[in-house]
Amino acid sequence: MKKSTLKAGLSWFQTRTNPRWLRLPFLLLLLILWQVGSPTAPVGALPSPFAVLSVIVSEMRSGALLSNLAITFGRVIASFGLAMSLGTLLGVAMGRNKTIDRLFDPLLIVLLNLPALVVIVLAYIWIGLNDTAAITAVALNKLPNTAVTLREGSRALDKDLDEMALVFHLPTQKKLRDIVIPQLAPYFAAAARSGLSLAWKIVLIVELLGRSNGVGFEIGIAFQLFDIARLLAYALPFIGFMLAIEAFIVQPFENHIFRWRSGRHA
Amino acid sequence: MLRVRITRKTRQSASGQLRIVLEKCAFDLKPGETCALLGPSGCGKTTLLRIIAGLDCDFDGQLERPAGSRIGMVFQDPRLLPWRTVWQNLRLVGISQESDITDIAAALGLSRHLNHFPGELSLGLARRVAIARAFAVKPDLLLLDEPFVSLDPALAIRLQEELLALVHKRKAATLFVTHSIDEAVSVANRVIVLSAAPGTLIADQTVEELCGGVLHARVHRAKEAVSALLGNASTSHNGADLSL
Repeated sequence: MKKSTLKAGLSWFQTRTNPRWLRLPFLLLLLILWQVGSPTAPVGALPSPFAVLSVIVSEMRSGALLSNLAITFGRVIASFGLAMSLGTLLGVAMGRNKTIDRLFDPLLIVLLNLPALVVIVLAYIWIGLNDTAAITAVALNKLPNTAVTLREGSRALDKDLDEMALVFHLPTQKKLRDIVIPQLAPYFAAAARSGLSLAWKIVLIVELLGRSNGVGFEIGIAFQLFDIARLLAYALPFIGFMLAIEAFIVQPFENHIFRWRSGRHA
Repeated sequence: MLRVRITRKTRQSASGQLRIVLEKCAFDLKPGETCALLGPSGCGKTTLLRIIAGLDCDFDGQLERPAGSRIGMVFQDPRLLPWRTVWQNLRLVGISQESDITDIAAALGLSRHLNHFPGELSLGLARRVAIARAFAVKPDLLLLDEPFVSLDPALAIRLQEELLALVHKRKAATLFVTHSIDEAVSVANRVIVLSAAPGTLIADQTVEELCGGVLHARVHRAKEAVSALLGNASTSHNGADLSL
């Protein structure tokens, strides 16, 4: 009886709530646990949500938080865009052409197995302590994953649809837009989703190691001062920002391009 | 006019052995002609259609199509783009005006389904969309690979009638592969029969020739004649199975 009531309650919640708000209960639970656990932790190790919020407000007022968030976000977008565009081109070329695949496969294997830290340090040494090096290092870390994913997508392109395009003499532009890109879209979406999270994680390390601004740099300062409230005050808004991008941009975009999957003939 | 002169078409098996798929297939197809291609399973009917469509160029012989001729093809499976609506699928290949495509869709009973995605359609409807797409290119040569297979008889007959009406309107040279003698005789005005593998052309006759010009007995006698030809085709090649 209780089980069916719970099921009915969940079903009611699902049907009457926008799916993206379904994540809220978990986040709320996390917040409550944090508040409850904060006093039991060693002094300074886990400041309460209110302590962190007060640091966020003060950093916002000074303008430092927003400016650092914007700088980090800019680096994430630049490196993500670079990795996605070059990785897609390389992956598709490798998937479609065996010679290109054999030529670039060793490079992909090297990049996939090269630790992110090595790439970052080498980029700073070879290019210099600047944004170009930072963005290049992040892009090089993400590029092989994108290329491998898109290579698989490219190999899985439907040959029957290729033949259909050939018989009906579809121009290259139409073939790309209507046949190739829609088939690659799920692979691109998967690479983009993992890429965005990977890019911002590596951007923070890159900033920590060699930049004088950005969320990563501020977290480095907080680490040196053992200021956990400041550390969380910079980390949490950025996590929130990335979650918002996922919920309000990435997912609606995915839903739009995959809307044809929703209606299936019984 | 389509001119087919295939001397030999071979295919390499996975074990590396060369297998002859088609041999000595020569025929012409004039505009407005509707020709059925019959033969036992595995005799190379689909291969022949693919060669004519330009999807397989690895054969000995010659193939001549008028320069600039447009091909409309209906594959065994509909091969629609699942991420495009019916209307977008028709517009994709269509060089026709929107109004022409609307007319073709209406003729095939698709008007109510233009905004549906292929995944929302039954197999019969999807096949109709594939036929409509073939007509949307205003074809000079129409190739159909078992377009009515696995449809219920009533729907198949309706689609055959709709197809004939469109073919007569367009005056396209039509070649269609079928396993059904009924279908061949009721839709086509000419029948080509291939022998069991390797497919060799063993008969190329009009339906009138097959029934001796007696119109009232046309369908019955043509069926008998084609059945006899197919019987010869199987026995002349070591009794290969005829799964018609």
